[in-house]
Amino acid sequence: MLGEQPVGYLFVAPFVLFLVGIYAYPFFYSIYMSFYDYFFAAPGAVVDRPFVGLANYARALQDPLFHLAIRNVIIFLVINVPLTVVVAMVLATALNAAIPLRSFFRAAYYVPYVTASVAAVGVWLWLLSGPGLVDRIIGPLAPNPSWLVNPFLAMPTIALYVTWKGMGFYILLYLAALQNIARELYEAARVDGAGRIRTFLVVTVPGLRPATLLVVIAAVITGANFFTEPYLLTGGGGPDNQSISPVFLMYREGIEQNHPGYASAIGLLLVVGVLIISAINRFALERE
Amino acid sequence: MRDIRWRPVMSALAMVVGLAACGGSSQTGSAAVSATGPIQIWYSNNGQEVQWGEAMVAAWNKDHPNEQVTGQQIPAGKSSEEVIGAAITAGTTPCLIYNTSPASVPQFQKQGGLVSLSDFSGAAAYIESRTGGRSSQYKSPDGNYYQMPWKTNPVMIFYNKDVFQKAGLDVTNPPLKTYSQFLSTSQTLMSKGGVQAAIWPSPTSEFFQPWFDFYPLFIAQSGGKQLVESKQPQFDSPDGLAVANFWRQMYAGSLAPKEAAQGDAFATGQAAMAIVGPWAIAQYTGKVNWAAVPVPTKDGMDPGQIHTFSDQKSIGMYSSCKNQATAWNFMKFTTSSASDGQLLQVTGQMPMRTDLAGSYGSYFLTHPAYTQFADQASRTVEVPNVPNSVEMWQDFRTAYSTSVISGSQSVDQAFKAAAGQIKTLVNQQ
Repeated sequence: MLGEQPVGYLFVAPFVLFLVGIYAYPFFYSIYMSFYDYFFAAPGAVVDRPFVGLANYARALQDPLFHLAIRNVIIFLVINVPLTVVVAMVLATALNAAIPLRSFFRAAYYVPYVTASVAAVGVWLWLLSGPGLVDRIIGPLAPNPSWLVNPFLAMPTIALYVTWKGMGFYILLYLAALQNIARELYEAARVDGAGRIRTFLVVTVPGLRPATLLVVIAAVITGANFFTEPYLLTGGGGPDNQSISPVFLMYREGIEQNHPGYASAIGLLLVVGVLIISAINRFALERE
Repeated sequence: MRDIRWRPVMSALAMVVGLAACGGSSQTGSAAVSATGPIQIWYSNNGQEVQWGEAMVAAWNKDHPNEQVTGQQIPAGKSSEEVIGAAITAGTTPCLIYNTSPASVPQFQKQGGLVSLSDFSGAAAYIESRTGGRSSQYKSPDGNYYQMPWKTNPVMIFYNKDVFQKAGLDVTNPPLKTYSQFLSTSQTLMSKGGVQAAIWPSPTSEFFQPWFDFYPLFIAQSGGKQLVESKQPQFDSPDGLAVANFWRQMYAGSLAPKEAAQGDAFATGQAAMAIVGPWAIAQYTGKVNWAAVPVPTKDGMDPGQIHTFSDQKSIGMYSSCKNQATAWNFMKFTTSSASDGQLLQVTGQMPMRTDLAGSYGSYFLTHPAYTQFADQASRTVEVPNVPNSVEMWQDFRTAYSTSVISGSQSVDQAFKAAAGQIKTLVNQQ
């Protein structure tokens, strides 16, 4: 019944316990909470948390703030994901070539990824707050209101920030994938007279397709869950909630206002949305 | 792949539900109310309050070897309210927290996190005799006190005398009484004072920000009304609209920036004025040559009649406390006349006690700049003690941000819609 190597269960037990305690239990508990008018209470306190059925989901689907948060995620993904894929792929290809200071550049692109978000946000605030360094450089082209308080520019600015911050990680993924492309393909392309751009398009890009699938899915998941930026960079999803995200809305409802039942419903709708987008990506990018 | 796909979303969910997973046992009831023994307290991490708190704990412990008190600064978090809310859920609150926001009391009460102080013999009379008529603002809808009003920082307009002088404005009697004077003075400060902003209230979206822009002026303009009274929103009244339109003009004229300041704008000289209470004086000493006046009203008002926001902090007793009799006695000890005097001396913040000027005359003789805060402290208004208080303030802030700060919607329209939402919220149980 336990198989040939029962001791194996012992080895996997710690991770299974971790998975159950940290991921599975909260996940299923959040499903439970989403069907109740739930709120956090003191241990032992006698409180009434009535069953509300699908009311939390219905409220989310009718909540203009949730709609705004979803719209913001879409804006974010439309800018962030293609930009991440294209720039990371190009930079990884460049950093894979024999260029001067290659090790320095590889490390430099990775630095933002490992820098604490609070510190990175501080630098971007200094750069973008009006009249910050960016506004001074571009002079009359500086937007009014400034970047982070401009209802049309707040989300694109956040998308650019996240692209910059996460770029190092995605470059690393592409660099690893580039090592798996057979050199013979490049030699054959050169023999056939292909230039650098042509070689990049017909050899590198198709060769990186599995990595691109990973990058797209990881970028979508990360993007759909962005929280730090509206929390810190735009002062709570401002201006006028124009940079609010679903996870920030969950935080506001669940933690600040003590409506975790509603926050859980938002979270589960987000899970479903991300799963659908990831499935579409997989279908589109994996097919031959 | 599967792990990567789920992890971030699961983490977000875990953030929300993690607190629910924290369990434990708690006890409330008559046994705890009469129990004595060691207790823990939290106080603010403000340097002066830490000094005062440590002195109180040391003085108490000297005379109560069997009821020792352990004090510590409140754990770090985005706000004290979040830290306390999480601690209630986890059952890790201390007996007393000397930093309880009245706006969060309804929520903490709903969570079963607070002990009714009215359960202690003579508590209601003690609170009412110490705080006077203002104490009624701290009573919960069930008629009990779940908080001891402790200290207030009546919000006033601080101004930089050097900047005013540079702009050619009257330094001793600045033209800041009416909205038109305030606007005109602000324009002069911007054009001649060499500042980035006339005044720089935080324009961010947190629920508590209205307490430091709209609410003090609304209280003053309305003669002392709360945002909601008898479950009816008051801010969509002509007074509320006048206040909102005043701030809207400040933002539209770039006299108040729409971006958050980097650091304290008044202390760093970026702004000529600030809207804050006397707790901030310690931050300004040695940096700004300041003076303070009451908040403006539409047509001007006798300063002796102007009310303002209290920015009051209460002491809460939390239901995880096992030795509540000791906690109650310690609470009384730290709110005695002598302890309140020490609080005033060390922090410059106003105890929630009647006749401050008479009780601590010698302090105000040596600290004349604080006298006006003592006078203003007698005319303070609190946030309403209503269900869904935090959500109510968040909804109000959203309407204010849209109509006043951004100006993308009319004030009338935004406030009317917010009043409808808030009326529903405060009438829920």
